[in-house]
Amino acid sequence: MLYREAGQFRTSYAQDSQIFPLRQDRVGIIIMLIAAVMLPFVANSYWLSAILIPWLVLSLVALGQNILMGYAGQLSLGSAGFMAVGAFACYNLILRIDGIPFVVAVGLSGVCAALVGIVFGLPSLRIRGLYLAVATLASQFFIVWALDKFGWFKNYDPAGVITAQPIVMFGHNFATPREKYWVVLAIVAVLALLAKNMARGSIGRGWMAVRDMDVAAEVMGFSLLRTKLQAFAISSFYCGVGGALFAFAYLQTVEPSAFGIDLSFRILFMVIIGGLGTIMGSFLGAGFILLMPIFLNIFFHTVFGKSVDATITSALEQVIFGVMIIMFLIFEPLGLARLWQLTKERLRLWPFKH
Amino acid sequence: MPDFWFFLEVLVGGLLSGTMYALVALGFVLIYKASSVFNFAQGAMVFFAVLSFVGFMELGLPFWAALPVTVGLMILVGMGTERFVLRPLVNQSEDTLLMATIGLAFVIEGVAQLAWGVDVRRLDLGIRDEPINWVMDKTGMLVSQLDVTAAAVAGIMVAALALLFSHTKVGRGLRAVADDHAAALSIGIPLKHIWMLVWATAGVVALVAGMLWGARSGVQFALVWVALKALPVLIIGGFTSVPGVILAGLIVGAVEKIGEVFIGPFFGGGIEGWAPYMLAVLFLLIRPEGLFGEKIIRRV
Amino acid sequence: MTISVQSSILQSAQRAFAFGSPILELDSISLRFGGVQALTNISFNVLEHEIRAIIGPNGAGKSSMLNVINGIYVPQEGSITFRGERLSEMAPTHAARLGIARTFQNIALFRGMSVLDNIMAGRNLHMHASFVEVALQLPRARREEAENRAAVEEIIEFLEIEHIRKTPVARLPYGLQKRVELGRALAAEPTILLLDEPMAGMNIEEKQDMCRFILDVNDHYGTTIVLIEHDMGVVMDISDRVVVLDYGKKIGDGTPDEVRSDQNVIDAYLGVPH
Repeated sequence: MLYREAGQFRTSYAQDSQIFPLRQDRVGIIIMLIAAVMLPFVANSYWLSAILIPWLVLSLVALGQNILMGYAGQLSLGSAGFMAVGAFACYNLILRIDGIPFVVAVGLSGVCAALVGIVFGLPSLRIRGLYLAVATLASQFFIVWALDKFGWFKNYDPAGVITAQPIVMFGHNFATPREKYWVVLAIVAVLALLAKNMARGSIGRGWMAVRDMDVAAEVMGFSLLRTKLQAFAISSFYCGVGGALFAFAYLQTVEPSAFGIDLSFRILFMVIIGGLGTIMGSFLGAGFILLMPIFLNIFFHTVFGKSVDATITSALEQVIFGVMIIMFLIFEPLGLARLWQLTKERLRLWPFKH
Repeated sequence: MPDFWFFLEVLVGGLLSGTMYALVALGFVLIYKASSVFNFAQGAMVFFAVLSFVGFMELGLPFWAALPVTVGLMILVGMGTERFVLRPLVNQSEDTLLMATIGLAFVIEGVAQLAWGVDVRRLDLGIRDEPINWVMDKTGMLVSQLDVTAAAVAGIMVAALALLFSHTKVGRGLRAVADDHAAALSIGIPLKHIWMLVWATAGVVALVAGMLWGARSGVQFALVWVALKALPVLIIGGFTSVPGVILAGLIVGAVEKIGEVFIGPFFGGGIEGWAPYMLAVLFLLIRPEGLFGEKIIRRV
Repeated sequence: MTISVQSSILQSAQRAFAFGSPILELDSISLRFGGVQALTNISFNVLEHEIRAIIGPNGAGKSSMLNVINGIYVPQEGSITFRGERLSEMAPTHAARLGIARTFQNIALFRGMSVLDNIMAGRNLHMHASFVEVALQLPRARREEAENRAAVEEIIEFLEIEHIRKTPVARLPYGLQKRVELGRALAAEPTILLLDEPMAGMNIEEKQDMCRFILDVNDHYGTTIVLIEHDMGVVMDISDRVVVLDYGKKIGDGTPDEVRSDQNVIDAYLGVPH
């Protein structure tokens, strides 16, 4: 009833190409953004620090992974490695360049991660599928090892675990969870918009062409070299920025062990469950994976009336994620994002059935 | 002790663990040959197999009873995988199947820990992890009895599997099934039986590999990652070549150990975590089909 | 099954674009895959603005021939000359830049995208905005997108597929997919269009539509067309000259009438051992 497009005409190609062609969607997004900005005034600090901030940050990383896997079709198990590059780059930049604004440091960290991504993406020119996945595993293991073993990255700190510096910009120290949240929200929102623009434009078409039929793409003049390496670079940029935010706005520490292979698998699950090749899916998938442990705890509390051992919940999580991946791949490969889209389409017809 | 003998000791140690990598890798090859699917969950299956075996013994079953029970369990796991994961996805892309087996790996790992708990278990096979005395006396090399026995068992299984593939009716049936299910059915190859045999064999391989590794380093979650070292082995050897995988296993084992012992100290160790994978990447860039694998030609 | 297309379009004397000089020359092309000899010593030319058909029994090497022109396969011997320039090796991206576009026998559409996106992808060489410009939606990117969208809409209108422009191609019936693939090839504004069995699996109406589109493209834009086709009626009706392949060798080359009465060609099709 409400979600109708009657009377909304698009009279130019530019209008047809908008991200939110329906007025209701545009209104909805504005409301959501306002809500997101106002959220810290109602949410408590635990929610901000332990749930919302990591959700935004991991959504960003999932976005990067989605660009590489979902849009460009390059199977990758190394996202956490690129996050680590971003985190350490950010630490070193802030350490060695006096007074560098946080946003600039984060941006440059992304660039560092992008450069590393291009190097480790070179094999994609000759191999694909499982082989490429193994090559990305190599990058994951090597990067984390190198960051750990070469003391220069940690400034030869004997402690082993470095504390992340405070987030300082324009002379202000963004120290409270609320302020950290706003910084993260701004960065993630902007980067998500950029990703959406790229995905819907000529760049995204190039990625998807190479993903779907690389021979036909070449025949159309797409350079496989350029397209694939560009995907690796942009994807690693997002992972790198995500890594820097992960370390500085969430963990408050910069250590290689936080970026292990388990994190790479989590990101992979976020992307598969959320929906490969969608922007929305990155956010939905990240939310799902993050909230599951909390949900399980609540479930056990209400049903069994007591807390359950963490090892049991984590094992249960693994089973649930694995089962969901298999089920999504069988029944709805476009994941939660597609389910969301179907719901919206139903809403457009509601109260009619079809 | 002179450097040469030390180098030899390290090399022998590497080769010995290499035979075990080859054994695990053969489990992958089995499934791949029969279904053209790369079973990322193989590592989890190794872990699950040996964990269940030890678990059954803890529940009171004697050694020789726990063995067939575990094999039976692995057959169930295999059949379940085929029925609920592989069959529904039968026409999907390789990438999709790979992701599904990654999901499967997590399911099996989770179930293993839910069923049997997370404690590290010891597995005593009756052979001690001590140097063989006469070798030590003659050459000064420390070669563990357990390692040699493990390598011998692995070697025997590897040889048996290789023979199974090339010389028996069943082996040929397997290859036919891998190439084309419908065609295989149409010439009377009993698909269900072949599947059961494949998964039973893969299960046995997983169990034996798990037992050997578990006796050496304890039955714990890290076993999954040890098993995943078989990935570089497969790439270097070629997915469909049994001799290639054997040779690659030895190479990976040797490179890993030598790298760790001789180059490792300069960096503070940890080389063995990534060296096999980097080696695989090198191979992928120079010779993507592996040592003896088939060259992939894409028809347009 | 023969079909007959309105002959008014076919009077070659009244063609909008008269035949030019050879735009494409293939000289002694030989292609091998391991032990299989796919093409042996093939030489023929294609005149600018003409419609050249390649025919032959199954397995004669026709698709391989197109793949060689495109640069997807590299022949072991022989050379390709395009507009007088001799090329020792052709790569697919280079062929695209030279203005050679093609469709594939087994439909190589991008299955994850809609009709519109597929055809827009065909405009690739006309889109120069960098990823930064696209990401930030800077004026050049926006302008380019709208301009190319307009060009693509012309093609969509020409091919009468407006109603399915936002449909994911995987959901389309076979005939429409083939039409979309033609659209995608046209989007590149090619000089030469290589069509690999554009009418395979179509019924009579669909074939007539396809014939009409092909002829219109040739008539309207002067695009040179090289097509592989099995339907003799189509070949006889719309092509200017024909090359006949059998077992990777050329056994006929001339106008449709000449080729039709060539004894070698008749033998090949009837399966007389030679």
